[in-house]
Amino acid sequence: MFWFCRTAVKGPYRVQKGNDMSETVAAGPAVSIRSMSKWYGDFQVLKNINLTVKFGERVVICGPSGSGKSTLIRCLNRLEVHQDGDIVVNGVELTMDMKKVEAVRREVGMVFQSFNLFPHLTVLQNCVLAQRRALKRSKQEATEVAMRFLTQVRIPEQRDKFPGQLSGGQQQRVAIARALCLEPKIMLFDEPTSALDPEMVNEVLDTMVGMAKTGMTMLCVTHEMGFARQVADRVIFMDAGQIVEQNDPESFFTNPQHERTKAFLGQIL
Amino acid sequence: MSALLEPVFGPFYSNVIGTLVNATQWTIYLSLTAFIGGGLIGLLFTILKISPIGWLRKVATGYIWLFQAIPLLMLLFLIGLGIPSFFHISVAPWVAASVSLTLFTSAYMSEVWRGALESVAKGQWEGGRALGLTFGEILWFIVSPQALRIATPPTVGFMVQVIKGTSMAYIIDYNDLMRWGKKIANSQLDGAEPYIIYPMVALIYFCLCFPLSKWSKSLEKKMATRSR
Ligand SMILES: Nc1ncnc2c1ncn2[C@@H]1O[C@H](COP(=O)(O)OP(=O)(O)OP(=O)(O)O)[C@@H](O)[C@H]1O
Ligand SMILES: [Mg+2]
Repeated sequence: MFWFCRTAVKGPYRVQKGNDMSETVAAGPAVSIRSMSKWYGDFQVLKNINLTVKFGERVVICGPSGSGKSTLIRCLNRLEVHQDGDIVVNGVELTMDMKKVEAVRREVGMVFQSFNLFPHLTVLQNCVLAQRRALKRSKQEATEVAMRFLTQVRIPEQRDKFPGQLSGGQQQRVAIARALCLEPKIMLFDEPTSALDPEMVNEVLDTMVGMAKTGMTMLCVTHEMGFARQVADRVIFMDAGQIVEQNDPESFFTNPQHERTKAFLGQIL
Repeated sequence: MSALLEPVFGPFYSNVIGTLVNATQWTIYLSLTAFIGGGLIGLLFTILKISPIGWLRKVATGYIWLFQAIPLLMLLFLIGLGIPSFFHISVAPWVAASVSLTLFTSAYMSEVWRGALESVAKGQWEGGRALGLTFGEILWFIVSPQALRIATPPTVGFMVQVIKGTSMAYIIDYNDLMRWGKKIANSQLDGAEPYIIYPMVALIYFCLCFPLSKWSKSLEKKMATRSR
């Protein structure tokens, strides 16, 4: 039953961890997607996607429902498998090689619309589990790191509660802290505020703005255009599985080029 | 024990009761064997069934289909009578009974447990994978604990089915409660008529099963309140 065993983690992408970012930056872009396509059966969800994201860059992805935003972002940590072209994340090409995929996942945090916290574990345990298993940290170290990030998202006092006892906004902040505990180089967000009551959206967005200030590489699917203006270096508009248009936020919002972009912005602004 | 019962039930019935209660231990042993053996094998096939490796899943699916489709009685005949006569070997009734009930139990348990594992939200797997956890780690630390709560009431409930199922083993001469009841009822002795003996047998089965049914029900209730 070999799938029970953690694959040994060796290779250059582990050595870079933590101490020296410049080495990684020099090594190339955070994300590089070339001519990537993906199908669900006969239905082509993503069509010839080309995208490069530098380390430290913050990219917001928007577009109508069903345009493939979630699919694109989920391909980056291989929650979805692409069929054509290639994807290189943090210098590692995503292939069938699970060793490499797991290594990439440790460097890439993800925040979901539905939080996906583990309901049978406390807030603290949610944050500690992957540190212990995937990074082999000691219990004490993992707890210290967890408390550091729980403090950063401003809910250290909830450490012993279960996710079900927290508000949506608090749960999403725990999910963010949980991802940060692995000290990822890249953070992916898939509509992190869409499932929240309106009064809780800002507490989560504030956390993300804070994260952006630390220089984190962020790819964020969201329709929060205020957030996009405030932190994005680049806004990408997707429609029908394609990247239709991308630009810096100022130009993107004031001077959209494509009809489809104009129509979309007309709807949501 | 008979001596204790004699003043109340008289010499004949205290003897009958003593014999039946004594035979009940074999019913209990067989049930436990089936449950533990079936549980372990069931667990193995549950894991195979959800493993990421395609052909292992197919093997598990085939196994579960096969042993769910064959009636227990048929299994007893096959293993207790068919195999011995085909290979010209002798298979002790307790071996045949244990093996048959273990196979029967394992197939059912894998189905229940697989269902429980699959009822855990898909997002839990994704949450774990996004954190770089392996299949085994997600299964062990994240999904199984949640599935366990779901699976416990039907698992306990199925213990009742196993106990009742053991009664069929009399047909291959396993000396359990059922077989002794049948022997006594067929004995033509005065006071050992079937309409007297079988209700006594039924009462003993009831005493074994009822507490388990109750327990299963209360677990179900606890689950329902917790998930609210
Ligand atoms: N597992 C799947 N099987 C088949 N089709 C799928 C699957 N997942 C998504 N799709 C389809 O792929 C398309 C893109 O889905 P995706 O979730 O990426 O869109 P999205 O841009 O994130 O939309 P939304 O804003 O609604 O989240 C949709 O048409 C969807 O129906
Ligand atoms: Mg989506």
